[in-house]
Amino acid sequence: MPVSTANSKIIFDALKDGGVRLLSALPETWLVHLIRMAEDDPDVTLVRLAKEEEGVGISMGAHLAGVKSAMLMQNHGFLASINGIVSGAQLYRIPLLMLITDRGTFGEGDPWQTEGGAVTEHVLNALRIPIMRLDDPAHVARRIRQAQTLAYSSNRPVAVLLMRDLMWEVA
Amino acid sequence: MTRIDALRAVHGRLEPCAVVTIMGAVAAELQSIGHRENFFYLQHAMGLASSVGLGIALSRPDIPVVVFDGDGSVLMNLGGLTTLARYRPANLLHVVFDNESLLSVGGFPTATSTGTDLAAMAAAAGVPRTATVSTIDDFVAAFDAAQRAQELTTVVAKVDAKGPAAFVTDLGLLENRFQFQRFLKSR
Repeated sequence: MPVSTANSKIIFDALKDGGVRLLSALPETWLVHLIRMAEDDPDVTLVRLAKEEEGVGISMGAHLAGVKSAMLMQNHGFLASINGIVSGAQLYRIPLLMLITDRGTFGEGDPWQTEGGAVTEHVLNALRIPIMRLDDPAHVARRIRQAQTLAYSSNRPVAVLLMRDLMWEVA
Repeated sequence: MTRIDALRAVHGRLEPCAVVTIMGAVAAELQSIGHRENFFYLQHAMGLASSVGLGIALSRPDIPVVVFDGDGSVLMNLGGLTTLARYRPANLLHVVFDNESLLSVGGFPTATSTGTDLAAMAAAAGVPRTATVSTIDDFVAAFDAAQRAQELTTVVAKVDAKGPAAFVTDLGLLENRFQFQRFLKSR
């Protein structure tokens, strides 16, 4: 599977450097290595979800209880989480670090991903959620740090889009 | 049994707990009995109160967590029961007030009015301890047994479809949220 292990590790290390101790996730192809890394790391609590919106509630609880968390999901999982984001995390001013795989855009071979790819950034913009794009491993650590810093200073959700050029090793 | 009587019966027992409630009647009734800084009222994000409770329970295993949920809310996040059961934090008590109704929005009947059994669904999801109660004495007994057991428990309390006249209180949402966060930090 041509998902980049090396770049997944850079992302995972950046999350750990940022103090993330709880990760919620629902599997998606681009996230397989990240989820395995979380599973194998005794310092990280991995919460496997039935549906991504649960992860918003779990991150809210973790934040109120003083634990830094992040969500790993596909863009369709983000689309499935919107009410929780708006009437949970935004209503209650919760810093929410959402790592979202950017499926369905240029280079996408799976027809079923393409509608989601076309709307993800528009929906994030409509929700006034700042977008940080990760497409180069050299930028990952700094940009994840910047995204997390803004989430906590603004007490709001931020989106980190994991782009094809970073996650997928075939052009 | 009315929900407010059930809340009154355990109010004193909530002092050491982090408490998360759903919106509307449950939040307003608990506040009318007596707000405390360790109570967080999730006034929207319907369905996610149990997920918020799970996030707190996993993050602070040293603090007992009580979630006051409702039938309509649980029905919106049935998958969440499987996630609760999967991680089964020993410090989490999940109370579901089941009035078989979406009381806050006109009293339309939920699926529990036509036979859906939420305690059986929680048990089938893998929640290790479940109970259904319909009297105050049984509710208090189930509450205490769950706290003693130190094992994830879902208690479904069958209550009358009655609520307060108004749901808005003078406690601001963000005031409540920051107060609750500070409470957890202080413990």
